[in-house]
Amino acid sequence: MSFWSQAIEIARVDLRVERRLGDTMRIVLPFAVVALLIFPLTLGVDLTAVSRLGPAVFWALGILFGMQVALRQAAHDDRERRDLYALLGVDPAARFAGRTISGAVLMTGFLAVLLVAMIVLYSPRLPDGWLGPVVLSSVLVAIGLTELGTLAGEVTAGLNNRTALASLIVAPLALPLVIGASQTLEALARDASILPWVLVLVATDLALAVAGVGLARPLEEASR
Amino acid sequence: MDRLIDLSQIGVSLGGMPVLRGIDLSLGPGDSLGVTGPNGVGKTTLLRVLATLLAPAIGSGSVLGAGLGTPAVYDVRSRIGLLSHRPSVIPELTLEENLRHAAALVGASYEKVAKALRVVGLDDVAARRGEVSSFGMLRRAEVARLLITAPRVLLLDEPFTSLDVEAQELIGALVTRTTSDGGAVVMVSHEAGQLASHTSRLLSMSLGHLEQQP
Repeated sequence: MSFWSQAIEIARVDLRVERRLGDTMRIVLPFAVVALLIFPLTLGVDLTAVSRLGPAVFWALGILFGMQVALRQAAHDDRERRDLYALLGVDPAARFAGRTISGAVLMTGFLAVLLVAMIVLYSPRLPDGWLGPVVLSSVLVAIGLTELGTLAGEVTAGLNNRTALASLIVAPLALPLVIGASQTLEALARDASILPWVLVLVATDLALAVAGVGLARPLEEASR
Repeated sequence: MDRLIDLSQIGVSLGGMPVLRGIDLSLGPGDSLGVTGPNGVGKTTLLRVLATLLAPAIGSGSVLGAGLGTPAVYDVRSRIGLLSHRPSVIPELTLEENLRHAAALVGASYEKVAKALRVVGLDDVAARRGEVSSFGMLRRAEVARLLITAPRVLLLDEPFTSLDVEAQELIGALVTRTTSDGGAVVMVSHEAGQLASHTSRLLSMSLGHLEQQP
């Protein structure tokens, strides 16, 4: 079976499992929306500040809660399942790709709902033509964060407290994604080019993809 | 390929403790071996070495011609079947979906899935999720998966535990099918009686050593 056929099959099953478990949409997303709701209360009645901070809060909460989405697979990944995939002849790199595809789809949906909630709750003044760049940066963040989460899950596989350890790995490495995504909208507001920030996101995604595919086999073997 | 399994003076340590010591083992096409011994003597570790999931620290060996601890094992893993003592199913999927997933990953047809479900007697409960299935059902689902993937080397870890007579017969039939197709089977259990009735050779394991069964 080809690399991409394996990756797509793994992504398909992963999304089906998520649909039944509902970890992202029924647990992580409501908490993120509640956080979005609570944040303006700390600013009092300064509606201008609330409106101005909306996009920044969206990206901060999106990435913080997005880490939980990115790391969700690590929680269900036990030794038996890893052995099963190995003995079914699944290429660990295809597994990485499959999990990235399913995670990115979930994360994009998560960020889309969070974006709508932010617009409703904060009424931010968004620059003209904001939708395209925000969608693009959301998709790139979703891909990068999922790659990072999957990679961190592989690095910590077989270790005690792996979810906590994986979060510590993801948080600092997610910085280029936070900066790239938030500055895309800032650049748009200043009427400046968004290209450098989009390139930051694309380069981060590509670097993580190369690392994930290249390290998938050694990490899987080392986890046994 | 004369030998499907060939181990020479294999040693494995886990957490700094030696678990397997000086293991010599050779199995050809059609051979079936039972390994018995009390808990904690290294039987499961031996199976993991044979499944190429654990590389030996000492000694050398090959499974299906691939040297243990070398990248060549990646190419033969799909021809090795392992029934470990904890069922390997995705609990959120139904039994049928689990088998379809395995079939898709090895490139087998869905007709094989339907046939395997019938053979192991799960066709009536195929829509039941793994998380609400009994241990016996999960075991049958695993046997069905091994029927679909048809491994050349079959490794069974305590395969008869908690199974009814009918399910035990399915395991026996799987062993017979594998050996008659030219494969090799290694089965480990602390119950020597059941191993003897399903394998042609029996060894005992004691503190990491393989010995002839007295």
